[in-house]
Amino acid sequence: MKVLITEYLRIDLDTEQWECRCCNHVIGPARELYKEGTLVYHRDPREIHPPLLDEKKYAKTFAPDPKWCAILEYYCPGCGTLIETEYTVPGHPPVRDLELDIDALKAQWSKRKEEKVHIAAGDIPTPARPRHGQSH
Amino acid sequence: MNTTESVAELSPADQKIMNEFLEEHQLFFGPDFNQMQNHRLEARTARENEAISKVNDPHLLNQVRGRIQSSLAESFRMIEQMGAAPGAKWGDLVAGIFTASGDLSECSPWGMATFSAVCQYPIKFCNKYWTNDPSVGLKDGDGFIHNDPRYGGIHATDQSMMMPVFHEGELVCWVSSTIHEGENGACEPGGMPARAESKYDEGLKMSPLRVVENYQIKRDVLTFLQNSVRDPKLQYEDVKVKMFAVMRTLDRVRSIINEFGVDALIAFLRRNLEDTETEIRRRLSEMPDGIVRFPSWADSSLREPCLIKLNMELHKKGDRATLSIKGSSPQMSNRAINNVVASTKSFLLTGIIMQVWPDLPRNQAIISTFDFESDYPSMMDCDYDATLSMSISSAFHYLIKPGQLFNKLLYSVPLEAKSRIIPAVAAQYNQPATFIYGGLTQHMEVTGNFCADINGAGQGARENRDGLHSISGCFSFMSDTGEQELLEEELPMVRLVAQTLAKDRMGFGKYRGGAGYEQMMSSKGTAMWGFMTGQTGSSFSSCPGLFGGYSSSAYPICRVKGINVFEWLKKPGNTERFPFDIVELMNKQPIEGGVYTADDAGITFELTTEGEIYMICQGGGGGYGDVLERDPELVMQDLLEDLVSHQVATDLYKVVYDKATLRVDPAATKQARDAERKARMARGKPYKEFVKTWTKPTPPENIPYYGSWGDNSVIYAGVGESRITMPSDKMHPVFMPDPREVQMAKLKARIAELEGKGK
Repeated sequence: MKVLITEYLRIDLDTEQWECRCCNHVIGPARELYKEGTLVYHRDPREIHPPLLDEKKYAKTFAPDPKWCAILEYYCPGCGTLIETEYTVPGHPPVRDLELDIDALKAQWSKRKEEKVHIAAGDIPTPARPRHGQSH
Repeated sequence: MNTTESVAELSPADQKIMNEFLEEHQLFFGPDFNQMQNHRLEARTARENEAISKVNDPHLLNQVRGRIQSSLAESFRMIEQMGAAPGAKWGDLVAGIFTASGDLSECSPWGMATFSAVCQYPIKFCNKYWTNDPSVGLKDGDGFIHNDPRYGGIHATDQSMMMPVFHEGELVCWVSSTIHEGENGACEPGGMPARAESKYDEGLKMSPLRVVENYQIKRDVLTFLQNSVRDPKLQYEDVKVKMFAVMRTLDRVRSIINEFGVDALIAFLRRNLEDTETEIRRRLSEMPDGIVRFPSWADSSLREPCLIKLNMELHKKGDRATLSIKGSSPQMSNRAINNVVASTKSFLLTGIIMQVWPDLPRNQAIISTFDFESDYPSMMDCDYDATLSMSISSAFHYLIKPGQLFNKLLYSVPLEAKSRIIPAVAAQYNQPATFIYGGLTQHMEVTGNFCADINGAGQGARENRDGLHSISGCFSFMSDTGEQELLEEELPMVRLVAQTLAKDRMGFGKYRGGAGYEQMMSSKGTAMWGFMTGQTGSSFSSCPGLFGGYSSSAYPICRVKGINVFEWLKKPGNTERFPFDIVELMNKQPIEGGVYTADDAGITFELTTEGEIYMICQGGGGGYGDVLERDPELVMQDLLEDLVSHQVATDLYKVVYDKATLRVDPAATKQARDAERKARMARGKPYKEFVKTWTKPTPPENIPYYGSWGDNSVIYAGVGESRITMPSDKMHPVFMPDPREVQMAKLKARIAELEGKGK
């Protein structure tokens, strides 16, 4: 059984592996941090948030300062999907953002049906209400 | 010489006498530390047990709930219609009802749940200290006012009115209303001084104080309050407004008692809390077990640039969960951005309501269900000597953390649990981006307050659609940005541009965050006026994305000083030359002789002259998902609506299209996106290889840094050689040097250097 954990990640409970939801690439052991199976790139924040003000005239330009702020981009090695972004201080250890208890997850889903398609909470169709025959 | 330590040992009888003496002769009723640290519900009382045993019909209790909710909605609207404070006019207020023990059982469906959640602390203070004090006591018709956050509150600009409700001599509940009043006599006008360096700079600080007796405002007390602030009319009007709103709630409560009986009321107020805790535990048990972490950094203390770590972890197991903020910045005692922990918890409560479970009753159980960990004293759990007047600057980070954390555990819940959550949503912009002003109005009245633009933050992108533009403050849905025309009637301020959405400054992603808008303000017709701001995030993006989405951009404050734009606009042809756009105005610099600057967005109060221009942006929300997955047609729509530039559409979203017709070339777009995915795979390094060169053992030497680095138990504070490290469990407050002294020392050194060269 596979559990859809985030927009781009799922866990195969049988193999205990993180998988990419876009290309099915096996990212790494589910008991480890998923980031360890990704490709990481240190992105200069000015490439995403380009300076809007003239850098020759102003110290602050609407772009983050690359000496203070770095973007770590985590890519799926199988398809290059951007699984996660992390805004951090240059040199700060990457955050261990998601550590799941796999045994508990297995126990939890042993009583549930597998869901192969993710439906956003707001997109669940509301049951049709019974119509009353009266008219005004 | 031998010495023997002598320890006085008291007999039990003497000890009892001493305890009684100390209790009777308490020197100062300061904030009660244990009360202020405790976010749990009070134990169920015998009276509540009795009421619940008598009234247990859920339908009847639901009827009581409906009456209470409509009553609080009514009181909210009363305040909104009558209140004088700008915050009151546009939604920064709330009405609440509490159990007799002081737990918040329900607050109005609109407004600031945070205010009510912290209001329980002064109520509990009144219960504990004033009930049996012969010089105070609690009586029918009493109204207590309060604004000192050290007794429960966010900052001293928020004033609460609290009334005990008696039925046949028995205290059955408390009712309250709270408004962000603004002006409070602080060292800078407007009630949120960033320049405050101690609590004595924060202006009026009311411990819970009886200002209403027998439903009448006590004029001697009121006069003292009016005399303590810059806007005595505002102080009077809003004390009245809050009192009458609370009295209306009180009337409605009495009618509930008449119709359903007092036991139904008491039973509902208690059950509403216990049932909420039970429901939260059910929802927690539906989520996977694990640990989620989300640190963020503020980039300014509002007095100097520095990186301030604001840490947060969620540890969830079964139906229990712990919220931990350990590893966050130490307390900066003489900076305005510290928080008492009750305030931090109330912000988390609001974040949980807004981003996770908006359907739950808005009450204390939202947070009391969770275990909580923090370091004391620290920035988010400070002592009572720390300065708090601009606490919201750091606290707003905690408004969006529940969303960032819970989303990673909620995304996977099964379909049957989806009706109990909302779609995953990236962060709403989380800084107080607004002008705080003060001075002499065109009507020759002294005033100080803030603009309702704080309520215009962009919403984060959702997992199934884009975020909404300038929807509300991240602290409260259903708040508004106000009417500029009304503001201009009362105040000598002119907005030079409409609320134009800020292009290219929202978070990008598969779905983009909602945009914020540009604010361009000037003063006119006043002999004395000034502005300040309390926004951080000019060097480090404040508002994060989710699941691959990017944060929104950084936001400076832009100023054009030394000019009078109104005189300039009178000259022929100049109206056509004025850009009505911050970026264009700053880059083209069309107003001759102006001094154009773009700085850290948080500035302390400074005087301005007529026609100088101050500009900030209300921020955009975070993005959701990979930019390469955004529907190219949605990118075209963004272009059509002038939300993004061609540069962003091409370089970031990798859409290939005809710039004249905005017609997408699907094949070329697919090719460009495939190429970008390949480029990512080529430039990305395997994680283990990457961290070898990336991770550094300590924060950068040349950046003032406050908080943990990798290990939550080690705290760093300072820069360069003066940086200190301390274990988190022995953390002590830090004091920051006066920025003016620092600047003067630099200038003196420079003068000495130049004079030395001249010799």
